[in-house]
Amino acid sequence: MIEQIVTSFLAAVLIENFVLVRFLGICPFLGVSKKIKTAWGMGIAVVFVMALASAFTWLIQKYVLESFNIEFLQTITFILVIAALVQFVEMVIKKTSRTLYNALGVYLPLITTNCAILAVCIINVQKGFDLVNAILYGTFAGIGFTLALILFAGIRERMDLFSNIPENLKGFPISLISASLVSLAFLGFQGLIK
Amino acid sequence: MNEIILAAAIIGIMGIVFGIGLSYAAKVFHVKEDERIARVRVALPGANCGACGYPGCDGLAAAIVEGKASGNACPASGDEFTEKLADILGIKTEKTERKTARVLCNGTCALSRAKYQYYGIEDCSAAAQIFGGHKSCKYGCLGNGTCARVCPFDAIAIVEGVAVILQDKCRACGLCIDACPKKLIELIPVSKNYSVLCRSKDKGPATKKSCDVGCIGCTKCVKTCPVGAISMEGAPLAKIDPEKCTNCGECVKVCPTTAIRKVETFCN
Repeated sequence: MIEQIVTSFLAAVLIENFVLVRFLGICPFLGVSKKIKTAWGMGIAVVFVMALASAFTWLIQKYVLESFNIEFLQTITFILVIAALVQFVEMVIKKTSRTLYNALGVYLPLITTNCAILAVCIINVQKGFDLVNAILYGTFAGIGFTLALILFAGIRERMDLFSNIPENLKGFPISLISASLVSLAFLGFQGLIK
Repeated sequence: MNEIILAAAIIGIMGIVFGIGLSYAAKVFHVKEDERIARVRVALPGANCGACGYPGCDGLAAAIVEGKASGNACPASGDEFTEKLADILGIKTEKTERKTARVLCNGTCALSRAKYQYYGIEDCSAAAQIFGGHKSCKYGCLGNGTCARVCPFDAIAIVEGVAVILQDKCRACGLCIDACPKKLIELIPVSKNYSVLCRSKDKGPATKKSCDVGCIGCTKCVKTCPVGAISMEGAPLAKIDPEKCTNCGECVKVCPTTAIRKVETFCN
């Protein structure tokens, strides 16, 4: 059991990292990675929503889509569920924990349209996970996303401070180039487990 | 056929269920917000220009009420807003003079020479990439309207190939300053009418060759200014220090190229 969890953790965080290997959720990856602090906020929000969305979409898939034989509606249903869920979570957090709400801030509603969340839910179904494994996979995928975001934010912070970047590459271009290099580095994790 | 109806029905039902659930949750989890935030928000310009450093006017309104931002944090609002704010919050605020952006170039199509005819995309940054722009003066306004497009207040117009600021609309948010590839736009207190409308660092004859109204660095204005507000910027280019300037207008009288102008009377 523990071995399985560790394997799944390594797979989701390093080997099949959502951002750097699967290239999902690139928009927040580039948009919210200017500072490590905001990267943390976004990362935590994503972990949170991914875990919750995994659970809910798993239930919907099992008890609504499969029982009515309408699996082809998976994408649109999941988007609906995720959007509603994020709204709901935002309200609950606003009411219950002001500190958490302020920490997540604008990133929570941003996640609604993050393709990485939808991908987690669909992969859960494709791999035939049970509920517990689905939630675990969602959490791990979120952690992988956070790791990528924070790594990249660190790189960008240092780059802004210490590097002498050619005028034409400043800003977005150099970010794209360094993102591809980070992605190449993560390619090295392929074959870590069989 | 049945499948389509079933699919539509289920998605519809799910949508309705989520909708009802969310509206119910909105009531249950309703958080009472400080009503002052809404009032401050209304008093703000509402352009969400982001010049204050907060995510839009909502963010700044919350920050002001929480005391994290000062009452004059919004560069786009003048005294009117500060007074309103003082009213809402019951606090005293510092007065700042309203500023306006000013385009420091006067070289309209008729007064300056062109290097080549530009047929590229309507964007100054793009035009500036090609041999420094299509004007023979490499410091001049290219007039492709990049600043006018970023202005959230519609305060910039392109008149005869040069950007002009409509001072009564300008809120000094500074977005145009960042957008201008030639760095021609400056923030100046609205009451200061006189500016050197030229940024050409070329020597006098070179400036004269490419533009009729450029500053040729003759230093006449420097010698004339009674309060010593005008200086040469290390290049043959005069610069009026708005803090020292007393609006006397002596410099305009001696300027041989009319690079110095009273901006109020000019369309700028």
